[in-house]
Amino acid sequence: MATKHLMRLDLIFKNENDTENIIKKTMSRSNEDIINDLISSGLKGRGGAGFPTGLKWKLTADTKSDEKYVICNADEGEPGTFKDREILVRVPEKVLSGMAICAKAIGAKKGFIYLRGEYKFLVPKLQTSINEFHELLDSIGNSFRINIYMGAGAYICGEESALFESMEGQRGEPRNKPPYPTQSGFRNSPTVINNVETLAHTYSIFKYGADKFRDLGVQDSRGSKVFSVSGDTPNPGIYELEFGMTLQRFVEDFGDGDAKAVQVGGASGFCVPRKKFEKTIIGYQGKLTGTSLPTGGSMMIFNSSRSMYNVLHNYLDFFVEESCGQCTPCRVGTQQLLHGIEAVKRGDMPSGYLSKLLDLSETMRLTAKCGLGQSVANSFSSIVENFREEMIY
Amino acid sequence: MSDVKKMVTKITNLHGKTSESLLPILQEILVQERYISEDAMVEVARVLDISAAEVYGTATFYSFLSTKPLGKYVIRVCKTITCMMHGKNQIIKELEDVLKINTGETTNDKLFTLMETNCLGQCHEGPAMLVNDTPYTKLTPEKVRDIIERYKTNEILAN
Repeated sequence: MATKHLMRLDLIFKNENDTENIIKKTMSRSNEDIINDLISSGLKGRGGAGFPTGLKWKLTADTKSDEKYVICNADEGEPGTFKDREILVRVPEKVLSGMAICAKAIGAKKGFIYLRGEYKFLVPKLQTSINEFHELLDSIGNSFRINIYMGAGAYICGEESALFESMEGQRGEPRNKPPYPTQSGFRNSPTVINNVETLAHTYSIFKYGADKFRDLGVQDSRGSKVFSVSGDTPNPGIYELEFGMTLQRFVEDFGDGDAKAVQVGGASGFCVPRKKFEKTIIGYQGKLTGTSLPTGGSMMIFNSSRSMYNVLHNYLDFFVEESCGQCTPCRVGTQQLLHGIEAVKRGDMPSGYLSKLLDLSETMRLTAKCGLGQSVANSFSSIVENFREEMIY
Repeated sequence: MSDVKKMVTKITNLHGKTSESLLPILQEILVQERYISEDAMVEVARVLDISAAEVYGTATFYSFLSTKPLGKYVIRVCKTITCMMHGKNQIIKELEDVLKINTGETTNDKLFTLMETNCLGQCHEGPAMLVNDTPYTKLTPEKVRDIIERYKTNEILAN
């Protein structure tokens, strides 16, 4: 165990008790001012993809339309992620404030929280918070309204365009892009769709200023991040940490002393073996080379008692079930990868077949329609390449 | 008016009659009927003025909807990796023993349906399961037996 722990932050979950002040103060500012503040803060989307939030708001604000929407993406389905639930339970007012400020900045009158079906038990308390928040908005003459929209058990609906389809009563099948939601989202109107945590961060930015937020983290990965820590760890749970830490530091703090791999970013993320802990940095900077990993915050630790074949099998099983089935690379590819590793394990196929499967996963990365199919290759290649012997024997 | 028609009328009056209301309507039908019957789908299509195929498409896409009858209590045990690592299989085995059914089946008294599901977002407290909407975490075989007993004796009521 390292003598100095990673800095634990308390921005997101800090009980501020000044929603009214922040709302009044921010609402009196110009839209340009608000958006510029957000751009200069360097905040990037906390769902995993890391799109600059300020730019998203600006693009939507710049699109002319009478109808615009703000949607909070609470379809938290990535394996190993549970931070958004915690945020919605402990500081819902920050998320709601972020939505209302966004609505003002882009010119939207309606907002929705798309809540995954698995979190339906959160509704009574969340609805109370929304009602109280509406009263606050009424008191300052703001007519923005937020509704909860319940999902029904589909991982793919976390993909923004699939989420719109779902809200429109359709199967959750992703749309072609472009157009992007900033142009054409829910009801084909310009839409800002942000992750729960992203919206909560905007509250801190409007309260403490963009500079304070920029001071945290490293270049291109500003601010703090809420991590969901699970697996072989004595301290599973939610932790707010600064961007830019190495995986080595993380494992020293959270591992059980025997960590052999960490899955960063859930089933759609990357598996990092022990020998690469030291040079792997958690953040958004640089290209996706596997040495700097963006993440929605899912950190699953595996110790040496775990079979990485079982881990990969579990992920593939997940993808087979959650693929929407719309495009062939993902629908067939996920199944073939699963059958493929089973055949190699049984000895029905030679170990060289793994190279063919790696090619297939790369083809899926290039040809699948949405992020689900494209990102299967992340965990597949990082597990197969780093733990090849475990796939075979 | 048939019972199905009455039910669909009531629900669509509450949730609206546009295709955007489809998912909430189907969710409500499931709560009331414990499944979405062919008759209900056809009736919803008629009221919303969309094709029955569209209703069927949506009804069969989402894992929390069902076109086959479910029990009063639907148990969904998380099978994703961290719950798996922390003993999901023992939880399933215990539930199968207690309920005397296999995963995917419903008890004869129509009280319980046992299913596996993907990540419930309770990874730090696995193994986890949902009984209808209520999450139960840090499960052990003893705990599971106790929970089922409490549902059987109506100590915990339907949600």
